[in-house]
Formats: sequence, structure tokens, C-alpha cells
Amino acid sequence: MAEEKFDVIVVGAGPAGTAAALTAAKAGLDVVVVERGDYPGAKNVMGGVLYADMMSSLIPEFWKNAPLERRIIEQRYFLVHGESAVSIGYRNPQYANDPPNNFTVLRAKFDKWFAEQAEAAGAFIITETVARELIRENGKVIGIRTDREEGDLYADVVIIADGVNSLLAKQAGFHPEWKPDQVALAVKEIIALPKEVIEDRFNIESGQGVTYEFFGQVTNGMVGNAFVYTNNESLSVGLGVMLADLVKSGLHPYDLLDEFKSHPMVAALLKGGETKEYMAHLIPEGGVDAMPPLYGNGFMICGDAAQMVNALTREGSNMAMESGRIAGEVAKLAKDRNDFSVNTLSEYQRRLEKSFVLQDLHQFRNTTKYLEHNQHFLSLYPELADMALHEFFLVDGASKREKIRRIMDRVKQKRSLWRIGRDFYGLYKNMK
Amino acid sequence: MHAVVLIKQVPDTTEVRIDPKTNTMIRAGVPSILNPYDANAVEEAVRWRERLGGKVTVITMGPPQAKEALRKCLSFGADRAILLTDRAFAGADTLATSYALATTIQKIMETEPVDLVFCGRQAIDGDTGQVGPGVARRLGFEQLTYVIKVDEIDPEKGEIQVRRVVEDGIEVVRTKLPALLTVEKEINEVRYATMPDLLRAARQEIEVWTKDTIGADPNQCGLKGSPTVVSKSFVPSPPDRHLQLFEGDVAAQAAALAEKLSHLDVFAGRLG
Ligand SMILES: Cc1cc2nc3c(=O)[nH]c(=O)nc-3n(C[C@@H](O)[C@H](O)[C@H](O)COP(=O)(O)OP(=O)(O)OC[C@H]3O[C@@H](n4cnc5c(N)ncnc54)[C@H](O)[C@@H]3O)c2cc1C
Ligand SMILES: Cc1cc2nc3c(=O)[nH]c(=O)nc-3n(C[C@H](O)[C@H](O)[C@H](O)COP(=O)(O)OP(=O)(O)OC[C@H]3O[C@@H](n4cnc5c(N)ncnc54)[C@H](O)[C@@H]3O)c2cc1C
Repeated sequence: MAEEKFDVIVVGAGPAGTAAALTAAKAGLDVVVVERGDYPGAKNVMGGVLYADMMSSLIPEFWKNAPLERRIIEQRYFLVHGESAVSIGYRNPQYANDPPNNFTVLRAKFDKWFAEQAEAAGAFIITETVARELIRENGKVIGIRTDREEGDLYADVVIIADGVNSLLAKQAGFHPEWKPDQVALAVKEIIALPKEVIEDRFNIESGQGVTYEFFGQVTNGMVGNAFVYTNNESLSVGLGVMLADLVKSGLHPYDLLDEFKSHPMVAALLKGGETKEYMAHLIPEGGVDAMPPLYGNGFMICGDAAQMVNALTREGSNMAMESGRIAGEVAKLAKDRNDFSVNTLSEYQRRLEKSFVLQDLHQFRNTTKYLEHNQHFLSLYPELADMALHEFFLVDGASKREKIRRIMDRVKQKRSLWRIGRDFYGLYKNMK
Repeated sequence: MHAVVLIKQVPDTTEVRIDPKTNTMIRAGVPSILNPYDANAVEEAVRWRERLGGKVTVITMGPPQAKEALRKCLSFGADRAILLTDRAFAGADTLATSYALATTIQKIMETEPVDLVFCGRQAIDGDTGQVGPGVARRLGFEQLTYVIKVDEIDPEKGEIQVRRVVEDGIEVVRTKLPALLTVEKEINEVRYATMPDLLRAARQEIEVWTKDTIGADPNQCGLKGSPTVVSKSFVPSPPDRHLQLFEGDVAAQAAALAEKLSHLDVFAGRLG
């Protein structure tokens, strides 16, 4: 049997890999995608939030056919202290109109549909197959070795999009094992509830959804957060914290999640629901400092495999899709020039630098570290906010002027105003 | 030797939920898979083609997404795949299903002979095990159900010998071709497809046939041709079991057991 040679091999059919395959196949390249799951998304059983802007650039008017769960009309943030919380949110039913802004998906369904679009564009998708290593020759990546019999595949360029554990990049020595302060551990559950109950509880109409993000005591002061997202007939409930913090605390992630679920505010939202699935997954949060080289002779690395996640907002899927799309375009450019060396593939890095992917990652470069070294943001400040608002809303005959004085006194007991000023200036500087 | 394999795409029942109110399967969102028994049916047909030469054709009747299941069969080594799909087939029971499938095989036989038809023992969703026998009867083929081993196929003499499971043992049967087999899982182990096979399967065209392709009688298709009425479907409640251990020496245990039994109505009127 003659060796199989393609223009492009994509490893992994997650958002990054599929975006790359779709873009390259649409441009007329001969593309094969290798995915280890039974089908794309099989390993991603959970729900999450996706962003329409990115999807539209890949598939115009995707919302007409894609398996979306709910269109997000309200995003709310809770700063939790004890049984109480300070919350801020924005709600706008307009977000439910076409085109939607953000929406929830169940990855098992969505990834499968997304991969079918790449297939329709001409890419071959080979499932239940693990890419074991890169095949290299004269300093250039020329293919991959899979776990199938006669399983070697060859291509001009290999796009590595195998997610956070990126066996391929690690094995090729592009980066060492992630350190505990470069990844967060997230645990998630899908909790089934009838559609009507969800719509009642979250005050939404059919097809509309909300995202709730929780900070503060839910993570025992560790850098991280918890969330509740609405799907059509279920809720995605989860919690993620920096692995290094978790190890230090000696806590088990499922215990943290259970504690979160039993918080009175959260328990009321989940009441009567049945846990359908659960899983633990890493989120790369090392940012630009932990990035492997993004390209080399004959390869490019996209998405989680390249640490492309905004740790602050947990937006990973859109960076994955954007980087995948750009890698697909650069593969086409390389094909046109018939040059798959760093000379052309460096264009991948250049285009990423012009896009929000590397710009956002540079902007937030130090934020997580800053929060990590200043843990009072997630422990002391929620407490102070709780105290202040509790005092403010408590009707006890004191004048408002008196109340503000009391609040300020108690704040000052905990931390001087000068230090508070410095904390927030520091945070601001680190996000600029 | 030309073998036809009938395969069905089914919901992955390990992931199916039952609606507690209506007691029906909730199929929405459940991934579809190739009926596990049918994978063994394809494997057996391919193994015999490897020994005797010839060709393996896989057929399914189902919605367009059933192509996925056919592609999987191609990767296992089948040569040709036909998807039989038409609105007219919707709502078929086992009678209408076997009519459509038998008619398709007859259509194929107009251009090339068919020596063997392989089916799974049963579909894991419908679970009736009636489609295979229904097809055999309509085609006038010998039927060999619950086959665990094919001992021999002799194309010269036009004979086949198989082992099939019956209630109290294993039956060795020898009969004339053409024949239809329904197979058990233990007949073989499905091999992991090679990369070249996967790529061939990914590239191959799947033929799409409709009721007009096979010239089916619309009155015998789909809902119209399905006399089955499902009056109720329910999940049987688990049997009420109790376990009690008796202590003491054998005599004491026997006495306690006899005492216990005498109070149960299983032996009412016989004991004491
Ligand atoms: C309780 C019950 C309720 C039902 N309710 C409905 C209903 O509400 N609506 C409705 O439309 N139908 C209904 N059906 C019938 C339908 O769903 C059957 O699944 C269908 O007729 C095939 O029968 P089976 O699944 O039992 O297959 P089996 O006879 O168990 O299958 C045996 C083998 O036959 C072959 N085979 C079976 N089906 C196909 C196929 N489509 N294409 C190719 N090969 C095949 C495969 O080799 C399979 O391994 C019901 C059946 C039952 C028993
Ligand atoms: C709990 C949690 C919640 C999240 N919530 C959100 C959210 O709400 N919004 C958001 O934008 N992002 C969210 N993210 C981040 C987001 O899931 C990721 O950033 C995104 O999935 C990255 O896409 P990817 O294609 O790079 O990797 P993945 O989605 O991980 O895809 C990698 C694919 O490669 C396959 N694969 C891996 N190794 C191999 C191999 N050796 N051979 C073959 N195939 C292989 C895998 O099976 C997988 O299908 C969340 C992450 C977690 C863990």
C-alpha cells in the first residue's frame, strides 16, 4: 500500500482542530483529522459557553443549524462570603435575537456537528484513533504515527490541536510537563432538570439562558471560580481552581464542588436535579509565559495545546477557534508558496499577534499571578463587600451618613485605605 | 461468494434514559452506534470473503445519518454500502422492515447472485430478533439463527455448516445455500480497522436507494405496511428478593428452613 500523504494533518477534533480543518478544507486542501474519541466531542461530555462572533467567521449564520442549547441573555457575577453574596449582572433579552451573542452548548453534540461541517467541506475525520508521536525527518515534522495498524500518515504540515494534555507537543519536547501553577483543575457536572423548571427558576423564556459566575469563598480563597450555566434541559455546574493552590490546600476538587452545590444560594437553583455526568479536566492558565513555540518546520500548535486560554474569563473555545482558523489559512498560504518551513509558518505567529488571541493573553499576562500573590482579593474583599452591603441594607434606624461611617470604620480595621488603594491600582496595572 | 450484511444504527442504550412519565425511551441527544451484533455479522462475512474470495455488501434501512454506521462497516472491510432511505419507510415494524430489506436484496439479485445474508441476533433497541427470519422467509432462504460458529462454507457443493445455540445445548446444522444467518457476539472478535481501511471507508461513496430504486409496494412500506400496535411499553419493576442466612449446625439450619418455608405460601397445602 502506498503511503498516504495529505496536505494537512490535524490532530484533535475539538474547537481548534475542527476550525483548522474546516478552513483548510474550504480552501481546497486535502485534510485528514485524527481524533481519539468515538466521535468528535465524545470526550467532551460537558457544557460550556461559546461565542457567536468567532463561529460566524467560520460558518456564517451557523445558528440556523447548529445544536445550540440556550442564548445567553443575562450574565451575572456573585462575590460570595458566607451565606451571602454581592452580585452584579447585565440582562438584555435582545441578546436572544439573531445573531446571538453568547450561547451554551453541550460539547458532545456541538463538537460532533462542527466536525460534520468540516467533513462536508471535504476533510476526512478518522475517529477512535490516537496520534502517538510526530514523525520527523531532517528537523522537519512530516507526519504522525497512530495506534492503528499501518497507521503512519504523512503531510506537508501537521496542525497540533490535541488539547491541554498535548501528548504530541510534550513528546516532541516542545514544552515540558505543565507545572501546577500553569493549569487549573476544573470539575463539572451536568444536572438534569425539566425545561420548565429551569425557565421558572432563572426567569427566562424558552431558548434563553443565563450564566452565573461565583467568586470568593466558593473556592476557599483559592484563585478560581465556580459557575452555573443553563442548558435546555440541564445545568452545567462546575468549579475550577489553580492546581498549585489545590495541592497546597490538600482539598479534593469534588469536595469543593459538593460544598459549592450545597451553598444555600446554589442549592436552591439545583433542587430536584439529577446528576447525569461528571468529569474533571485541566484548563491551561499559564498564558504567554507557558506557551510552547507556536510553529516550526512542518507544524503549528493551536488552542489549549498552546495554552491559549484567558484565565480570567475562561474563554478558551474562541481562542481555540481563532487560532485554528488562522492555522488553516497559513496552511493554505504555505501550500500556495510550496514552503512549509518556518519561513512561511512564522506567519501563524504574526497573525496571532494581530488578533485578540495574543493581545488578550499579553494584556492579562500577570493578572492571575497578581491575584495569586494577593489572595485577599478572593477572601478579604468579598468579606468587606458583604459587611458593607449588609450594613447598608440593614434597616436599623441609623442614618445613611452614620451607616457609611460605620462601614468605613470596619473596613479600616481590616485593611488601611492606602493599602486598598494600592491593591486595586496594582490590579489595574496588571490588567492594562 | 457474495454476502449481504443487514445492519442497523441504534441508539447507544448504555446512554438511553427512560421518561418516567411515559415509560418511553428518550432518544434525543443519545449518540447512535452500529448495533453491536451487526458488527460481528460484518466481521464474519469479511473473514469468509478473505478465505473464499468474493464480495461483501452492507445494507441498512434508516435515516440519512445511518451512513455513519455503514462507513464503519466499510472500515471493517465491506466492499459496498447501500443506504435505503425514504419517507415512505418511516414507522416500519418488523414486517415492513423485512419487506423493504428483502425487496432490496431481490433487486441486487437481478444483477448478481447472493449466497449468504448475515444479520445480528437482534437489534439492541427493538430487541425482537424478527427481522432476519422475516427476510429469510420472504427470500425463501434457509435460516440459521443464533449462530456461534460457521464450521464450513463449501461453495462447490453450495453447502454451509454452522453451530447454533439452542436452549439445552449447541446444534450443528448443515444446509444448502443460499442461507441467512443471525449471529451471536461470540462468533468472532471484531478487528480494529487498519488505517488504509479507514481511509478507504472515508473516501468511498455510499449508494442511496429509495423505495423507487427497489420498486417497493408503498402499501407494504413504513407505517402503512405495519400492523404492529404498541399498546403499552413499560420497565419491569425489579423482582422483590430477600436473603436470609440460617445459623447453627446442619440440623438446626434445616429445621429453621423448614419452619420458614411452612410460613410461605410457596408450599401451601403440602407442608405441615
Ligand atoms: C415494543 C416495540 C415498540 C415499537 N414501537 C415502534 C414505534 O413506535 N414506531 C415504529 O416505527 N416502530 C416501532 N417498533 C418497530 C421498530 O422500531 C423495529 O425496531 C424494527 O422493525 C426492527 O426490528 P428490531 O429492532 O426488533 O430488529 P431485530 O429484528 O431485533 O433485528 C435483527 C437484525 O435484523 C437486522 N435489521 C433490523 N433492522 C434493520 C434495518 N432497519 N436495516 C437493516 N437491517 C436491520 C440487523 O441485522 C439486526 O441485527 C417497535 C418495536 C417493538 C418491539
Ligand atoms: C470545566 C471547563 C469549563 C470550560 N468552560 C468554557 C466556557 O464556558 N467557554 C469557553 O470558551 N471555554 C471554556 N473552557 C475551555 C475550553 O473547553 C477549551 O479551551 C477548548 O475546548 C479548547 O479547545 P481545543 O480544541 O484546543 O482542545 P479540546 O477541546 O480539548 O480538544 C482536543 C481534542 O483532541 C483530542 N485528542 C487529544 N489527544 C489526542 C491524540 N493524541 N490523538 C487524537 N486525538 C487527541 C481530544 O479527544 C479532543 O477531542 C472550559 C474548560 C473546562 C475544563
